[in-house]
Amino acid sequence: MFEKIWNNHVIVAEEGKPSILYIDLHLVHEVTSPQAFEGLRMSGRKVRRPDLTFATMDHNVPTKDRFNITDPISKQQVDTLTRNAQEFGVKLYDLNTIDQGVVHVMGPELGLTHPGKTIVCGDSHTSTHGAFGALAFGIGTSEVEHVLATQCLQQAKPKTMEVRFVGKRRPGITAKDLILGLIAQYGTDFGTGFVMEYTGEAIRSLSMEERMTVCNMSIEAGARAGLIAPDETTYNYLRGREYAPQGADFDRAVERWSALRTDEGAVYDKVVEFDVESLVPQVTWGTSPGMGTGITSSVPVPEQLPTENERKAAAAALDYMGLKPGTPMTEIPIDYVFIGSCTNGRIEDLRAAASVAKGYKVSPNVTAIVVPGSGRVKLQAEKEGLDKIFVEAGFEWRDAGCSMCLAMNPDVLQPGQRCASTSNRNFEGRQGRGGRTHLVSPEMAAAAAIAGRFVDVRHWEFKSEVTA
Amino acid sequence: MQPFVKMTGLVAPVDRVNVDTDAIIPKQFLKRIERSGFGQFLFFEWRWDEKGNEIPEFSLNQPRYQGASVLISRANFGCGSSREHAPWAILDYGFRCVIAPSFADIFYNNCFKNGILPIKLSEEQVEDLFQRTAANPGYELTVDLENKVITDGLGLNLSFDLDEHRRQFLLQGLDDIGLTLKHEDAIAAYEAKRAAAGI
Ligand code: SF4
Repeated sequence: MFEKIWNNHVIVAEEGKPSILYIDLHLVHEVTSPQAFEGLRMSGRKVRRPDLTFATMDHNVPTKDRFNITDPISKQQVDTLTRNAQEFGVKLYDLNTIDQGVVHVMGPELGLTHPGKTIVCGDSHTSTHGAFGALAFGIGTSEVEHVLATQCLQQAKPKTMEVRFVGKRRPGITAKDLILGLIAQYGTDFGTGFVMEYTGEAIRSLSMEERMTVCNMSIEAGARAGLIAPDETTYNYLRGREYAPQGADFDRAVERWSALRTDEGAVYDKVVEFDVESLVPQVTWGTSPGMGTGITSSVPVPEQLPTENERKAAAAALDYMGLKPGTPMTEIPIDYVFIGSCTNGRIEDLRAAASVAKGYKVSPNVTAIVVPGSGRVKLQAEKEGLDKIFVEAGFEWRDAGCSMCLAMNPDVLQPGQRCASTSNRNFEGRQGRGGRTHLVSPEMAAAAAIAGRFVDVRHWEFKSEVTA
Repeated sequence: MQPFVKMTGLVAPVDRVNVDTDAIIPKQFLKRIERSGFGQFLFFEWRWDEKGNEIPEFSLNQPRYQGASVLISRANFGCGSSREHAPWAILDYGFRCVIAPSFADIFYNNCFKNGILPIKLSEEQVEDLFQRTAANPGYELTVDLENKVITDGLGLNLSFDLDEHRRQFLLQGLDDIGLTLKHEDAIAAYEAKRAAAGI
């Protein structure tokens, strides 16, 4: 599948040089674009295809009282994007539109993401869009400028890896557990230089949103991009969306998209397998997404790890995380819960978290916030009454944005605070200096908020009625 | 972009695996709208504690590493986000060359766009460089991109590998966009084809 998309987009391929690849969709946000627009201005260049370029603001925006950006530099970035979008004729979904949201939630929602497209954005989690069978990768600001100016990207051809999920998903196991489990097993750099294609029954049976969760974290395995072949699930999701082809055009598109699927017997440069049957809900314990384990396990003992590098890294991580080796995961108390981000801020994620929270109260020791991935997710959740379930349980219900995924807005952990987070990175200081992040699924996060510590959500007692 | 041909400079170690872009430049500093001025924030949370005091143990705070222009580190350097602020900070601080056993893709790519040479060596070779740096105050390396070799004054002579295109790119300090725009005809032809197919 990768080969087909690649070949469809190569404009110039010269021996010993990166190929020039045409880009079908370029998503832009406020943090990685100012210097790129500035570069265009300085060299007197224009945006070549404003019609293929879409912008939103997400990283900086407050999720409370959102029009009042108190940090002057955040405000400057947001205003700069507004100005640049106007000047260069780029469509912008700003805070006044319902479509504003985390760029990787918004794109698919608008139907901008299609199978077979090449998609780039100055953000590493662009890999999310691979869930549709699009070749999507994150780029740096120089490349943002390059794509704005030329609608092309210079790329060396990556290698391909099949990541085969073997077996069926057990009840209570989420898409987040699949990808966290994979990275815990193989590490954060096994995908470096590769485009990974996820295959297997467990992947086929995922909903579109769950597939996005898996592809989102491909970059956490080091991969250039993640891919899932399109099928009925993909087409059903896209049908009727604003930027999806309409009517007969849609049927023709489906034909074209279906031809992208990997041929039987295709060879990959590398194949890895991952056993789904024995997977339990995942929690990370360290400061890299690969430092994770099952909820039924304990914090590792560094001395017992196989290599010197691993021992050193684990010891440093545990020191930062303030965890004692050997502590059962279920005995780790938490202070904060964040449900949201481009990994788990979509409507299904909020539904899943709400079903756990329903009829319970957030532990008195915990601050819990729910940040929808986009204005539309928020609206839909409110239609379904999810906001009420959350608020009654004691969660704060916020406006759309990246929020505590990277804490560039006012939502920040205090030093030493421990957070169960549905986002994708647990690096030191990611959610605030000295903050300690544990990555989990939305269900696990909601359950942790209520219990005040991590619990195995497979044994959760769901309440169907909200008790006052 | 400033070409990279040959340089000699002081070596500074950052002895960690998986140095991520959040560590290289924390997000609170991503808000500038310029490209320059990021060096002061490089490794911010490792250099200063909460109260703003220097953390003396951190290598870049030690007098012997002041003015370094070659950075050595461990595997998977630059993992995490796509922020080009990471290489901007490294460059602005004064580094022109980063040596590690492996790099994350986006970071690696971003280096070339900014005239930084990232060099991959084996784990053993990097370990050797760490030891030499520790043992010899004022340890310097000469990085010669023309001949793809690294030498020190103590007999070390290592060759390294680099994609030829990338090498030329750095040697000449080329402008990517200009290179692509030379293919204007091919791009326009592709766009016409694309429009005809109704995409
Ligand atoms: S939600 Fe987090 S990972 Fe996603 S785009 Fe925003 S900051 Fe990046």
